[in-house]
Amino acid sequence: MQRTYELVYIMRPDSTEQQVADLHSQVEAIVSRMGGTIGEKSEAAQAFSGRRRMAYEIGKHKEGLYVLEVLHGDGALVHELDRRLKVTEGLLRHLVVRIDESQEKVDRARTKRTEESRRRRVARGLPPDRQPGEGPQGEDSDDSGDDYMEGEA
Amino acid sequence: MPLGRKTSGPGGGARGRGGDDKKTDGKGGQRRGLFRRRKVCKFCADKIDDINYKDVKLLTGFVPERGKVLPRRISGTCAKHQRGLRIAIVRARQIALLPYASD
Repeated sequence: MQRTYELVYIMRPDSTEQQVADLHSQVEAIVSRMGGTIGEKSEAAQAFSGRRRMAYEIGKHKEGLYVLEVLHGDGALVHELDRRLKVTEGLLRHLVVRIDESQEKVDRARTKRTEESRRRRVARGLPPDRQPGEGPQGEDSDDSGDDYMEGEA
Repeated sequence: MPLGRKTSGPGGGARGRGGDDKKTDGKGGQRRGLFRRRKVCKFCADKIDDINYKDVKLLTGFVPERGKVLPRRISGTCAKHQRGLRIAIVRARQIALLPYASD
């Protein structure tokens, strides 16, 4: 079954660019051998990747080179990838997380919220979307929290 | 939940009988004179749907000095979001974005 996963790994801070590229192609090779694909690098992934200070030392290193990849594939792929990454030199840590389900959940919550907000606005005789310069609330604001304070008095 | 008993009123009227107020933190006796601000779940209030383990800036607010997860009774986070928060913090620890323990 096709699923979407997110892979984060931390390379040693003294790795050369060549080593980073090598490991990336190794990962790519494993993924394609197991019948999966590597997703496009999103902007968020770009922003996350790179050198950063770690919260604790791993094997005397205080910094790490973070790399984030998005993978499409099945469980066997993750299994194999995990096994290989565990024995890879120059790698401090790695983590694979499944993201398709949680992403779906987030999307559903967002749509539900905007729909609810639109419904309420229409019920109040307003246009469904916020107009520019309307009220002091933020632009992602809606009225779903209004009944929260009821029953206070 | 009977509506009338949900919280003390916004005015001073409820102060004298703080003891029957179920929503207070159990030590209402000591804090009777203080103004208690109602705690609201940050994730509900700010409409943060996605509690992501990569969002260190967001998560550090829920991880005090020692490195533990801030309990709900302090932060006011609702059960649903505290659950997601815990998972995110645990993941962030695994890849050294947050400490397991500090000091």
